[in-house]
Formats: sequence, structure tokens, C-alpha cells
Amino acid sequence: MVAGSVGRPLVGVLALQGDVREHVAALADVGCRSRLVKRVGDLAGVDGLVLPGGESTTLSMLLESTGLFDAVAGLLGDGLPVLGTCAGLVLLASEVLDGRPDQRCFGALAAVVRRNGYGRQQQSFEAEVGLGVGFGDGFGDGPADLPAALPAVFIRAPVIVSVGDEVDVLASLEGVPVLVRQGPVLASAFHPELTADRRVHGLFAGMCGAGAGAGAG
Amino acid sequence: MTTGTFTVKRGLADMLRGGVIMDVVNAEQAVVAEDAGAVAVMALERVPADIRRDGGVARMSDPLLIEGIQHAVTIPVMAKARIGHFAEAQVLQSLGVDFVDESEVLTPADEAHHIDKWAFTVPFVCGATNLGEALRRISEGAAMIRSKGEAGTGNIVEAVRHLRSILGSLRAVGQADAAELYGWAKELQAPVGLVQEIAATGRLPVPLFCAGGIATPSDAALVMQLGAEAVFVGSGIFKSGDPARMASAVVEATAHFEDADHVAKVSRGLGEAMRGLEGAAVGERLADRGW
Repeated sequence: MVAGSVGRPLVGVLALQGDVREHVAALADVGCRSRLVKRVGDLAGVDGLVLPGGESTTLSMLLESTGLFDAVAGLLGDGLPVLGTCAGLVLLASEVLDGRPDQRCFGALAAVVRRNGYGRQQQSFEAEVGLGVGFGDGFGDGPADLPAALPAVFIRAPVIVSVGDEVDVLASLEGVPVLVRQGPVLASAFHPELTADRRVHGLFAGMCGAGAGAGAG
Repeated sequence: MTTGTFTVKRGLADMLRGGVIMDVVNAEQAVVAEDAGAVAVMALERVPADIRRDGGVARMSDPLLIEGIQHAVTIPVMAKARIGHFAEAQVLQSLGVDFVDESEVLTPADEAHHIDKWAFTVPFVCGATNLGEALRRISEGAAMIRSKGEAGTGNIVEAVRHLRSILGSLRAVGQADAAELYGWAKELQAPVGLVQEIAATGRLPVPLFCAGGIATPSDAALVMQLGAEAVFVGSGIFKSGDPARMASAVVEATAHFEDADHVAKVSRGLGEAMRGLEGAAVGERLADRGW
């Protein structure tokens, strides 16, 4: 890392399709620099990667045609921190139900997800999600024993059907996991980039090496 | 859990950004569109070029056709209601479509009023030719604005005119001082609150997509560079010589709109684009419908 960027990680945001701008703004709020990723060369030197919301089938095809699929898979295999929201969660999962047969996913997260599992657009909803026992390290800005619930927006969202033992459930809604972490992989069924609460991006910034105090603002 | 909020309506529009929404008239075309990487399909009985050719009253599609398309694909399915025809919109909402297009491509049902879109849980997209029209539709509850262009012509000139008008006025409003914003609201015939909001943010409060005349990958790259956030392609895909390849090429060009080498690559040997209509041959301007 070059001088001057210490504590301000450079995070790539996959920019093939979807709500890229909101992630860039959220990353800036938590003290990260960002770079739009449209081709393999854009990945050079990133400290983390965001897979945004969008249409997972479209993203899967564009990842293939650009050669980014294999490049990202390689980096994830090396432990690059990654945040996937909604379609990004689908891309990270190990198994996708109700997807297209040719839809590829990275398998970086030991989770089975059902695409559009909450229904069509008219079932899209807003809710407050409860933070689980796993939140501790990342969500320290609430009262020690009872962090504030997280406002969450679910858009034709995937349902996390099951997770492996190695996956920590950080937040859930009616008993169903909606924010999960497995080492360097953080993923949500909802869109933290669409609300003003920056705790999810703040946690991710820390995973990418953001320095203490760099997340202010 | 709260459904049907403006946040979730606008949220789906946001998720479609950078993508291509394709008109399809049956399940087979819907599958071709999804295979090519469309972010959504628009289910309708006739593409605009055929509506133009055939004439007659153009109405909402048969629910059976819409349901067949919903079963055929996993991506969002949109459908069109006539301007002001809130009963058609109610039927589309009942069918569970993901977005309703209150569209000038169909024959208008009301010569003075658009649908009160706040009364629905399904989100709406509406066409606009200028900033005032866009803001009036947003004030009625639209969660997405698209340029009207001139549907079914395969001619991009009208869409370019509308995008330049909307985005040019946005830039001008951004330069105005607080007192001048009241004058802008009067000139645009739009609520002053919305005018103040766009002056502060520099953008519409909902995504701005382009529709009406996109026929080639370069057309998509053009409107994306002008500032559209995604594209609708109506007749341009399935009136071309090789729809599957054209669909895929437009998806690639929309995603990589700033990369001319990539647009060149996907444009090579595509075959015939839709023939198109120009000037007086266009006949009635659909963009004049809507108030």
C-alpha cells in the first residue's frame, strides 16, 4: 500500500450492471476509496470487492464475457474481502435454487440461496432486522448488549435457505438469516447501500483494512 | 414488514440500472431476451412497429400472454397500461407484474389525467419528452422515467432530443438561485418542491432510462453516454435479422458504453438492424400523447 492510502482501503465495485453508485457513496462514507470494475485490469491492487445489487443472471453473463468471472474467483480463492448484496449474495453462494441452469456462482459462501425467494416485486418490503450474536466485532457502535436494529430494504430478494457451520449469522429476520459472514466474505439478502445506516459497509471497511478512526463520517 | 413503499418501488428501478429491458410478444421471445442478459422484459401483444403498421386501438395485453411470459423467465416482467387507464393498471397489479408502464405506445384512455400511481403497490414507469413532464409524472408517483423517443421507428433522433431536453434543463435548474426556482417551477409546470430537490441533487429523484428508437448497440452506447441510466429496446431486437445476437450485443454495449473497442467488437457482422421509419413516414407521433 502506498503512503497516504494507509487506513483508506481501495475497494473495487463491480460496475457491469446494478446499483453501483450507492455502493460507491457508502464506501466513501466509511473511509474507503473505490474503483469501478468493468474489466480484469481494474482489479489490480484492490483491497476488497463489492458485488452490488442488480439482476444476477445478467451479472453472471457479463462476468463471463469479460473474463472477470475467473479473475474474481481467483482473488476470492486467495481470501480477498468481498461484500455481496442481494444479487451479489446470489453470486457468492455455493448453490442457487430457482436460478437459470447456466447461472454461475463463486461458491465462496457456504450457503444455499433461493433466487427471488421472498417473491416478486409486489412482495418487496422494508423491515427492521435484528442483529444476532455474531454482530459483536463489527457493530460495536450500539449499546454493548443491545445494538439498534438495522433498517433493511429487500427488493425481489434472495432467501438464505441454509448455511454451513463455518458461516456466522450476523442478522436475521423472523429466524431467517439475512446478513452472514464467512471469514473474508460478507453478504446480505437486503440492500444496505439503499439506507443511511452505514454499519454494514463500516464492518466491510474494517475487513478491508480500514484503519482505526478512518471510518468516522 | 412494509410493502409497496416508494423506497422499494424506486429500489427495483435502481437495480435495473445499466441494463436492457426488451419488448417481447410471447414466451419464446422472453427466453431469448433472458438468455441474452436482459434485466427485464416488457410483455405486450404487438411491438410498437406493428402497432404503428396495423393501427386500431392498442390496449393492455391479454393476462394469459403476460402469465405465460411470467412463467417462462426468472427476470422481472413489465407490462403496459394505457395512459389514464387505472383499471388496466389494477389488473396488471393483480397479475403480479413487477413494473407497469403507463405508455403512450397504447391508445390513451384519458385526455387530461394520468393514473394516480400513489394508489398502487406496483411501481410505475412513465415516458417524458422534457423535464416538466418528467416531474409531473414523478409527482403522480412514477418510480422511473424513460424518454419517450418515437417508439417503433428504429430512429434514435427523438430519444436523443428528449434526453438532451431533460438533462439540459436539469443542468440549467442546477445553476438557478433560490428565487429563480419558483420561476422554473412555473415554466416547467411542476411542483416547486421537486424543482428544489433536483436543484440540490443535480438529478431526478428516480432513475432516468431511455426508450423509443434504439436499434443498434451504438444507439445504446450513445444514449448511455448522454446520461441515460439504462435502455428499453422495443422493436429493435425482434425486428432485426438475428434477434438473439442483436439482443446480446445491445446488452454488451449498454454495460460497456464508454468502451468503443468493445462496442465495435459486438457490432461486427450483426446482420440487418430493423428497417425503421424516418421523417413524414412516421405518421402520428406517439410522443405527443401524455400531458
